[in-house]
Amino acid sequence: MGEAIVITSGKGGVGKTTTTANIGAGLAQAGQKVALIDADIGLRNLDVVMGLENRIVYDLVDVVEGFAKLKTALIKDKRFENLYLLPAAQTRDKTAVSPEQMRDLVGEMKEEFDFVLIDCPAGIEQGFKNAVAGSDKAVVVATPEVSSVRDADRIIGLLEAEEKHHPSLIVNRIRPSMVKKGDMMDINDMIEILAIELLGVVPDDEFIVVSTNRGEPAVLNPQSRAGEAYRNVTRRLMGENVPFLKLEEESQGFIGRLRKMMGIKG
Amino acid sequence: MFDLFARVFGRDDASKEVAKERLRLVLVHDRASLSPQALENLKNDLVKVISQYLDIDDQGFRVDFSRDEDAMALVANIPIRKKVNRNTL
Ligand SMILES: Nc1ncnc2c1ncn2[C@@H]1O[C@H](COP(=O)(O)OP(=O)(O)OP(=O)(O)O)[C@@H](O)[C@H]1O
Ligand SMILES: [Mg+2]
Repeated sequence: MGEAIVITSGKGGVGKTTTTANIGAGLAQAGQKVALIDADIGLRNLDVVMGLENRIVYDLVDVVEGFAKLKTALIKDKRFENLYLLPAAQTRDKTAVSPEQMRDLVGEMKEEFDFVLIDCPAGIEQGFKNAVAGSDKAVVVATPEVSSVRDADRIIGLLEAEEKHHPSLIVNRIRPSMVKKGDMMDINDMIEILAIELLGVVPDDEFIVVSTNRGEPAVLNPQSRAGEAYRNVTRRLMGENVPFLKLEEESQGFIGRLRKMMGIKG
Repeated sequence: MFDLFARVFGRDDASKEVAKERLRLVLVHDRASLSPQALENLKNDLVKVISQYLDIDDQGFRVDFSRDEDAMALVANIPIRKKVNRNTL
């Protein structure tokens, strides 16, 4: 029996789809059997980020409504034969499926796959409820900005209300140079405010744009810094204890590093 | 020495401090669905009650909601100047 993880955020555009694609490809590269569900009905995106847009025949709504079998609708990835995508319907909206239907679907997929990753739409309404319904675990993506952290806090509260306990946090688009100057919240600030466990820290990386252009998740590129961060997330999800060392140093800022150099704690 | 460094390099007006303070305030209300006015009233009432027993510094007085694991708590930080002499009450 696999594990279903929903990638959510509240605020739009903070990196849910990017994160889903990268964790999915990373887990597949590590040999896990993985299915990705694009739960953003009406705003299908995960297919293009994965570079699989030309292969879509059936979608999530077709499966839920019984027009297509799950096996026929799942698209096999180009690079990994153990990675699949269930695309969102593009011409329908969130009301086309219910949380109960999603729960059943995800349950069925967990029997087949080690990991089922669900890309949640922005917002807190039915799309969110659908995406979260079948999940065992939630990952909250937030950027180091006031509005994103605020929405993440709201989502953490709503996850609690849906009985989804202990979500973990991915901080995305961190810019070490701005953190150093004190012009961007650091990891510790965010964890402290949100009171949530940290799963990953992903730097702002131009390569994400390049990889999205190509439809090749950055996690597969050994040179990409964001890719490296996603590889670490992948290993943590598989139960490995991977330290956050490098980024911690970057997030401590000038005084922190100075103190560390001089061997002063706190 | 380090304080000097901190003063020179660690700007107090760094925008992340502004961000944190604004978040702290906005989240208090978000988390409790309590209006700023209601929270202010709560705070004033608390000050009134507690100052019957202790000499408190109402400038440093802070009321905050904190979320710990699955529970939400109202946390008040109340700096005490000194104990009020009970005989004078
Ligand atoms: N670490 C990063 N570095 C640079 N760019 C990034 C990073 N993460 C995401 N982006 C860019 O930010 C944009 C939004 O990302 P993405 O589509 O993953 O967000 P989303 O949360 O899924 O958005 P939506 O709420 O619309 O579904 C994309 O253009 C993506 O390339
Ligand atoms: Mg998205």
